[in-house]
Amino acid sequence: MHLTLTVNGTEHALDLDPRTSLLDMLRDHLDLTGSKKGCDHGQCGACTVLLNGRRINSCLSLAVMHEGDEITTIEGLGEEGKLSPLQAAFVAHDGYQCGYCTPGQICSATAMLGEVEAGWPSHVSDNLEDQPQLTDAEISERMSGNLCRCSAYPNIVDAISEVGGGRK
Amino acid sequence: MKAFDYQRADSAQAAAAMAANAQGVRFIAGGTNLLDLMKLEIERPETVIDISRLPLDAIEDTEDGGLRIGALVTNSDLAADARVRRDYEVLARALLSGASGQLRNKATTGGNLLQRTRCFYFYNRAMPCNKREPGSGCAALEGRNRIHAILGGSEHCIATHPSDMAVAMMALGASVEIQSPDGKTKTLALSELYRLPGDTPHLETELEQGDLITGVVLPAPVGGRQIYRKVRDRASYAFALVSVAAVIGLEDGKIGSAQLAFGGLAPMPWRNSDLEDALIGQTPSPELWGRAADILLADAKGHGENDFKIALARRTLAHVLDAACGGEK
Repeated sequence: MHLTLTVNGTEHALDLDPRTSLLDMLRDHLDLTGSKKGCDHGQCGACTVLLNGRRINSCLSLAVMHEGDEITTIEGLGEEGKLSPLQAAFVAHDGYQCGYCTPGQICSATAMLGEVEAGWPSHVSDNLEDQPQLTDAEISERMSGNLCRCSAYPNIVDAISEVGGGRK
Repeated sequence: MKAFDYQRADSAQAAAAMAANAQGVRFIAGGTNLLDLMKLEIERPETVIDISRLPLDAIEDTEDGGLRIGALVTNSDLAADARVRRDYEVLARALLSGASGQLRNKATTGGNLLQRTRCFYFYNRAMPCNKREPGSGCAALEGRNRIHAILGGSEHCIATHPSDMAVAMMALGASVEIQSPDGKTKTLALSELYRLPGDTPHLETELEQGDLITGVVLPAPVGGRQIYRKVRDRASYAFALVSVAAVIGLEDGKIGSAQLAFGGLAPMPWRNSDLEDALIGQTPSPELWGRAADILLADAKGHGENDFKIALARRTLAHVLDAACGGEK
């Protein structure tokens, strides 16, 4: 099935089996292997990418459903020598051990900071109508869809907190 | 994943008509539950109809002061909507307690209502399951049933409905708008959408072939204190063992109105009008909470590992009622 979409600012035209997940399209057809396949069932978050600016699990989405969409992967957030603020903060705070979950963590956190800025409440927000504050508890709750087998969570929270201006 | 025929619908009516005439058909919107099940070949549709681009993504005021939520409104957008946060806090709280940020960005209102159980045996094709393979038996009855139902189950199935959103909507008295393949539309109370398993656990709703949920309507807000309390094995990103959605109004120190629904206990979001009637007009007290729990749990049946849910439901209900009547949230 024919599909045209934009990935990291570049338009691609592809012919895909309708079963192809967005994740497999990125990895196997576009050689963008930054997005990782962990569980392939939406449980681990390693495949997180941005769909029209919003974070999603790319393993749980059919590529053919994304005609005309704009996808951003970890490769589109920064590049060698020119890291995004979150990429640089993960390096500075050692927000990983093995690094397998890291692309998903950074894509997820990139969109998550936008959600906080837009005023979206979370499960741990005391008041649903106030502007949420980026406390460590808010970061942990909002990032719960990204698992880290090495349990680098404290450093991941540090990195996100620094970029999001959490601990003022 | 089994191969399937992928089609796009350009209207709700067209989608319903397409689905009425096809074998083994599934609508796909967010896909977060359906694709999971298709990968495991628990769902094996021959035709998948993409409804994700239909114009069903609006949240609109209704004439009588309520809210109409399009079936394709994502869980994220619904939880972030200013009217939902202000007037339907129990719904926003339920949504925010479910899944993860990534999943809520994809999962839709209609899909959330129709998501399938997370029963271990439903997911395990090596084991019998009457819901997956009618007539094969229920491995949960004598098996690992910690997460299973204590109310509304049968000797054929004790799977629970996993949604948080639907529990809050049930407490709020929501109704569901449906497009039928014949071009007509119909409305069902959410409480009438679901079926109990009985001896046909594979039939989960009253929807007929081709029926497409197009929206959910909430009645005008009733005021009062709204609470969604979810008890689970970890603090985030886990299904409810027990959840309670409550909308409680106080008048002169007595309970003036009470709308309650429960998750994690039954094959559908559970509401019991006898329990609500027993609360209305009464003065809040621990004894009253106990009587309410007695009514809720009169027919409760544990199956071993899930026996604890009976006590947990009793305590969670008491905690929520206490908080709604002036205590701490």
